[in-house]
Amino acid sequence: MNVVVCVKQIPDPADPGALDPESKTLKRDGKLILDESDSYGVEMALQLAGDSGEVTLVSMAPNGEVSGLRTALAMGAAKAVLVSDDALKGSDALTTAKVLAKAIERAGSYDLILAATESSDGYTGTVPEQIAEVLGLPSVTFAKAVTIDGTTVKVDRQTEAGYDEVTCPLPALVSVTAGVVEPRYPSFKGIMAAKSKPVDQVTVADLGLDAANVGWAGAGQEIIEVAQAEARQAGEVIEDDGEAFNRVVGFLSDLKII
Amino acid sequence: MSHAPLRQNLDPRDLLDLDAELSDEERLLRDTVRRFVGDKVLPDVADWFDRGVFPREMAQEFGRLGVLGMHLEGYGCAGTSATAYGLACLELEAGDSGARSFVSVQGSLAMFPIWAFGSEEHKQTWLPRMAAGEAIGCFGLTEPDSGSDPSSMRTTARVDAGGDWVLDGAKMWITNGSIADVAVVWARTDPDGPDRGAVRGFVVPTDTPGFSAPVIHRKVSLRASVTSELVLDGVRLPASAALPGVTGMRGPLSCLNEARFGILFGACGAARACYEAALDYSLERVQFGKPIASFQLTQRRLVEMAIAVNRATLLALHLGRKKDAGTLATPHVSVGKLDNVRMALEVAREARSLLGANGITLEYPVIRHMTNLESVYTYEGTNEIHTLILGNAITGIPAFG
Ligand SMILES: Cc1cc2nc3c(=O)[nH]c(=O)nc-3n(C[C@H](O)[C@H](O)[C@H](O)COP(=O)(O)OP(=O)(O)OC[C@H]3O[C@@H](n4cnc5c(N)ncnc54)[C@H](O)[C@@H]3O)c2cc1C
Ligand SMILES: Cc1cc2nc3c(=O)[nH]c(=O)nc-3n(C[C@H](O)[C@H](O)[C@H](O)COP(=O)(O)OP(=O)(O)OC[C@H]3O[C@@H](n4cnc5c(N)ncnc54)[C@H](O)[C@@H]3O)c2cc1C
Repeated sequence: MNVVVCVKQIPDPADPGALDPESKTLKRDGKLILDESDSYGVEMALQLAGDSGEVTLVSMAPNGEVSGLRTALAMGAAKAVLVSDDALKGSDALTTAKVLAKAIERAGSYDLILAATESSDGYTGTVPEQIAEVLGLPSVTFAKAVTIDGTTVKVDRQTEAGYDEVTCPLPALVSVTAGVVEPRYPSFKGIMAAKSKPVDQVTVADLGLDAANVGWAGAGQEIIEVAQAEARQAGEVIEDDGEAFNRVVGFLSDLKII
Repeated sequence: MSHAPLRQNLDPRDLLDLDAELSDEERLLRDTVRRFVGDKVLPDVADWFDRGVFPREMAQEFGRLGVLGMHLEGYGCAGTSATAYGLACLELEAGDSGARSFVSVQGSLAMFPIWAFGSEEHKQTWLPRMAAGEAIGCFGLTEPDSGSDPSSMRTTARVDAGGDWVLDGAKMWITNGSIADVAVVWARTDPDGPDRGAVRGFVVPTDTPGFSAPVIHRKVSLRASVTSELVLDGVRLPASAALPGVTGMRGPLSCLNEARFGILFGACGAARACYEAALDYSLERVQFGKPIASFQLTQRRLVEMAIAVNRATLLALHLGRKKDAGTLATPHVSVGKLDNVRMALEVAREARSLLGANGITLEYPVIRHMTNLESVYTYEGTNEIHTLILGNAITGIPAFG
């Protein structure tokens, strides 16, 4: 069973991020790392592919960035397709999905595509479903468990009340939630081997896309303005006079939590 | 010359921006060990220290990670650079010197001699299992009456009429002794025998009759590490048990050089952990109405610690690059072992006092590191022994005896 995993390479969340005042988007000129959200998809893919299958990574990132890909290759993925092109600057989520869909087609034959439910930096949570739509595949979101049964995939899909059991024919796209599996440590042998694993770096033209339809030029959305988030208000302290629980219950029901 | 404006900001945890000196691969490896230590060592190590144990299961965890014998080639080892091995030691020792000691002994003192001097059979039998952490090794050189002067050892190896080796004697302060599956034991041969009294190394399965390894109790240092005595009472081994590739003190000394190289990185990790604990504490602890970090005297202490840790790490990296380039000399290793461990102990003591009364409890890592470093100061050549090695290198006059 061959699995393709979408992995986003993002600025290290430990470093203070900054917006580019010109483009009003996140600055991505520094070192990028594997989005932790995607380490779950990589781990699940490795488990599902087993010894007989192969895990291929696809990523779109500026400046030919491979650090995050190397991490996932060191965990055990076999190869990667990286789309990197100046023309992609300013791409919105739909363009990202179109580009990744082309990259997935380039990656070879696959039975399953995995992505994270949402990335840690952009977190629109829309790219995976758009990829599925572009490729004409069924998509299942919020997976907390994934099993393969012949030509179908069975997914426990997280809901607010519990989970739904969803069955869907392969090939399909499944987006997984954080924490579903414990991502393995890249082994040192894996780290050494990752150096020589193939990363197929391609441009927009290599994928048969027109540069005029991607990046700023192709974005259907525009960021008009960015503003500081409102400073958080100090919380209300409730002293327990024996009746405090009523106030807590009232507070929660005002929020429609209960 | 660049006239670019100087950056004004710095990372308080990486004053000299040494991170930039690492390759992507080294960084990935370092981050992996750091994460491993955060997940598997730090949550429990104070408890191991308190109880005086090092859980055997950690061997397999280390094995899966690939840290055991990581800088050796083949036989299931990862074959990384020496610098990468050093960085792994640094991160492990930022957890605890006991964890780093386990890895040093397994990789540099037990696997290395088998890899460098063993027969093909020794290598096939032991190295893959040791790399995986399925078999644990130890290194028996020190004896009750032979420490800094190991060539005065009294453990003997004689060849009996049937051609077998017979080992008699006792080894002392042996890390991992009681949990080992195999011991690399150094012993003096018969003056009238074929080796003319030279020291030889032996690969001794610890289930060989006559071998026992009682644990040394009541240690106040390196408590999350097993330290043992080895008793060799007529231990009979086949002729093939001797390491064929080396005769004389060069054998054990070359292993020590490997291990010392890891220690000169490791000490930076222990010191960094102490400095970071002191920094965090001083920013939170309020006295006289302010965080104690606001006092000039505290800032000086923090600055001295930060400079010491960074300078030592820079030295370690320099020696790592030299080892990878094949230009490292024995006295270089002595500079690193001597100065970096001394630095770490001083930083640990300063951090200990900066934490006030909290500094004496295992709730904070500092006193654990501080007492551990007393062992690190003594083993693998004491401060005095490395001073004598360097004195000899500088003056040309040996002053050991
Ligand atoms: C209104 C608007 C305007 C924007 N304009 C810009 C802009 O001008 N410039 C700009 O750089 N960004 C812009 N963005 C952000 C841009 O949409 C995202 O960076 C990108 O499209 C991915 O979206 P996301 O991170 O929200 O993905 P999500 O949908 O949250 O990601 C879910 C999962 O999809 C996969 N995935 C997503 N992106 C990638 C990728 N690049 N490679 C591999 N896998 C991936 C991963 O598995 C990820 O975890 C804009 C966003 C919005 C909402
Ligand atoms: C926790 C721990 C683990 C250890 N693990 C191992 C192990 O796995 N394998 C192993 O073989 N050994 C191991 N050792 C032993 C260690 O290597 C020795 O303790 C060390 O070599 C010092 O020997 P010694 O303790 O006999 O001290 P001694 O050699 O007796 O030294 C006592 C003091 O005299 C000083 N001194 C000695 N000679 C001179 C001189 N010529 N001039 C000036 N001063 C001198 C020393 O510097 C020291 O301060 C371990 C020790 C400890 C504490």
